[in-house]
Amino acid sequence: MAVRAIEGGVVLMFNVNRRGFLKLTTAAATIPALSVPYIARGAGQKVVVIGGGPGGATAAKYIKMANPQIHVTLIESSKEYIACFLSNEALIGQRTMDSLTISFDSLKKHGIHIIIETVTGIDPTSKMVSTREGNTHTYDRCVVAPGIDFRWDAIEGYNERTSETIPHAWRAGVQTSLLRKQIESMRDGGTLIIVAPPNPFRCPPGPYERASLIAHYFKTHGKNKSKIIILDPKDSFIKKELFIQAWSRMYGYGTQDSMIQWVAGAEGGKVDKIDPKTLVVQAQIEDFKADVLNVIPPQKAGAIAATAGLTDHQGWCPVNQKTFESTLHTGIHVIGDSCIAGSMPKSAYSANAQAKVVASAVMTSLEGREPETPSYVNTCYSIAGHNYGFSVAAVYTFDDDKKTITGKAAVTAPDASPVTLKREVSYAHSWFKNIVADSWQ
Amino acid sequence: MRKNKASLLAVLLWGVAGGLVIVGNSSAADPVTPRMLSYACAGCHGTNGVSAGPAIPTIAGIDADYFVSAMQGYKKDEWASTVMGRLAKNYSDDQIIAMGKFFAKQQFVPADQVVDSEKAALGKSLHRQHCEKCHENDGASSEGTGVLAGQWMPYLHAALHDYISGMRPMSKNMEAKIDAVLKEHKKAGIEALVHFYGSKSH
Ligand SMILES: Cc1cc2nc3c(=O)[nH]c(=O)nc-3n(C[C@H](O)[C@H](O)[C@H](O)COP(=O)(O)OP(=O)(O)OC[C@H]3O[C@@H](n4cnc5c(N)ncnc54)[C@H](O)[C@@H]3O)c2cc1C
Ligand code: HEC
Ligand code: HEC
Repeated sequence: MAVRAIEGGVVLMFNVNRRGFLKLTTAAATIPALSVPYIARGAGQKVVVIGGGPGGATAAKYIKMANPQIHVTLIESSKEYIACFLSNEALIGQRTMDSLTISFDSLKKHGIHIIIETVTGIDPTSKMVSTREGNTHTYDRCVVAPGIDFRWDAIEGYNERTSETIPHAWRAGVQTSLLRKQIESMRDGGTLIIVAPPNPFRCPPGPYERASLIAHYFKTHGKNKSKIIILDPKDSFIKKELFIQAWSRMYGYGTQDSMIQWVAGAEGGKVDKIDPKTLVVQAQIEDFKADVLNVIPPQKAGAIAATAGLTDHQGWCPVNQKTFESTLHTGIHVIGDSCIAGSMPKSAYSANAQAKVVASAVMTSLEGREPETPSYVNTCYSIAGHNYGFSVAAVYTFDDDKKTITGKAAVTAPDASPVTLKREVSYAHSWFKNIVADSWQ
Repeated sequence: MRKNKASLLAVLLWGVAGGLVIVGNSSAADPVTPRMLSYACAGCHGTNGVSAGPAIPTIAGIDADYFVSAMQGYKKDEWASTVMGRLAKNYSDDQIIAMGKFFAKQQFVPADQVVDSEKAALGKSLHRQHCEKCHENDGASSEGTGVLAGQWMPYLHAALHDYISGMRPMSKNMEAKIDAVLKEHKKAGIEALVHFYGSKSH
């Protein structure tokens, strides 16, 4: 309904939306004292963003884009961000670590205050963030995007210490370089084992893309007799048909000398224990001996989320999926890998898209308005070999009745032409440049 | 939520005191704003549609009508695409129009890319002879078409490949011109045109 207030001869228009909340629509900005313009109402308010990945960086940038007068501080523990996305290419030497390394400098140009410190606590009552370095920062709204952490207690023999020799490479950087070295120096005829994680986890197609690219590397680097075994607790995975098709076409999948073997949960693929000395992996039915072992452990929200009381019993952060405000603490929003976002996968594209929704939600809350109706997109590209890429894409909406994000993911057609598969590789590389530019520049 | 209720109360209280008059009807769920819809595309197309390249096209500053025909072409599977067909199907006709207006308002930024100047020189004469009539200003004008000048070259290659192989419909007039270029110069003519457009930094 429209509400019209006549005050001093000026007409004020309000809109009452479905839930009966008032929204100022027009003429408001022209009346001083009574109704301060939105932008002015946000002025001087403070937003603290924790984590400078695609989630946090994009949120900081888009809040500034919406209202430069809001004071935005981004706290990130590393001097530079190293992207996981496309790090599977770095694993096989098709991309340098440098190309994955992203500076926070461009964000400063948006007027974002960057602090390289590690957050150790968030107090929702006093609205204060404290860091290991001993500093505190108060906020009016806090955005938390710390990515993932690993469940180090899930697989016997695999923990933070053993990961120094048996890489997960599921957070990019030294881990990626370590696995790269091991892949390079593995003898021909050796076995590389990838232990895949259970759902939900960061980058659902990631382990399978990794297997594909390592197979491509073996094939093109005189390691034709080598094998890759994926031990999986799951019975399926995203884009499975496309991966299997790619493996059949390029790596002999389904034949006696398939380079890739996938052991599903139903076939005993779940791993309970590894021996870090002998690299023997104890799966549910059989033991496997690796020359190179890559364990991608089960995951949970980034540690700070649990410390701040933002996680549920499964270790992820429940949020109002329309605004990403935590359902456990008001004033704090959680986005990216850490949060529970309906059917959106944990990906850089999702984190970037959620960040824009959260930027809007933070703005509307600081300005005393109702949150906008959100819209979200995700795409995950996978590169399975030379000139061979495919993708999954979806547009998501917020289901007001079920209070959850829904969307139907659509994958590259199984009969896609070689031209399409080749283009998807070039578009994947272009996606990388654009997601980096859109998030950090 | 809580805050909103409080401020609603405050406004209502003030409203009663100030002699608030209630007129009109309640509105349905708010439609998604053009900005909210369009921001979600930036992960692939770049902030506000300006692509950092090297292959995904810039959609900032393209003609709103052309935008709609592109999105509808994808939505109905009439235009070949790798991913846009899957995305476009999720948007209503109104949402497509709204996004078209949003992107038309953004500033097109020509791509910074390496071109072969010899090819570009041939492309220039071919363009002026065959294409300028519809793609004015050496392809910088976007009226009823996409922006060609300063667009990412791999995308232009893909678009022309799709036209030539019949995967994307084109007007008889454009087809005649493309045929003329192919007849005289084969694929090299197309290559030259792409380098010409790629060389344009407006
Ligand atoms: C091999 C691989 C391939 C992938 N490929 C793709 C792909 O093709 N497409 C795609 O969309 N996604 C891909 N992903 C997934 C993508 O990397 C993640 O989903 C994405 O990084 C999540 O973003 P985020 O902002 O939530 O978290 P992150 O990127 O993890 O960022 C979190 C940041 O917070 C910081 N931080 C954490 N705790 C604190 C603290 N207490 N104080 C200060 N700072 C803190 C961290 O240092 C980090 O920089 C891939 C992942 C992997 C592993
Ligand atoms: C996953 C990456 C991706 C996302 C997300 C994406 N696009 Fe695209 N877009 C492309 C690619 C790649 C092309 C080239 C056609 C193809 O192969 O699909 C393209 C082409 C286009 C074109 C045609 C440009 C021209 O000059 O003719 C338009 C218009 C467009 N996209 C609009 C959008 C809009 C609007 C959105 C958001 C709703 C969007 N795109 C989201 C990758 C993407
Ligand atoms: C009679 C007018 C006409 C002529 C002549 C013409 N075009 Fe076009 N062109 C169009 C129109 C209209 C579109 C946009 C929509 C479509 O695909 O139907 C277009 C689209 C294109 C596109 C796709 C742009 C995009 O963003 O996807 C390319 C590339 C292109 N033309 C190249 C050329 C070249 C090269 C020539 C000359 C050899 C040429 N055109 C001659 C009318 C013309």
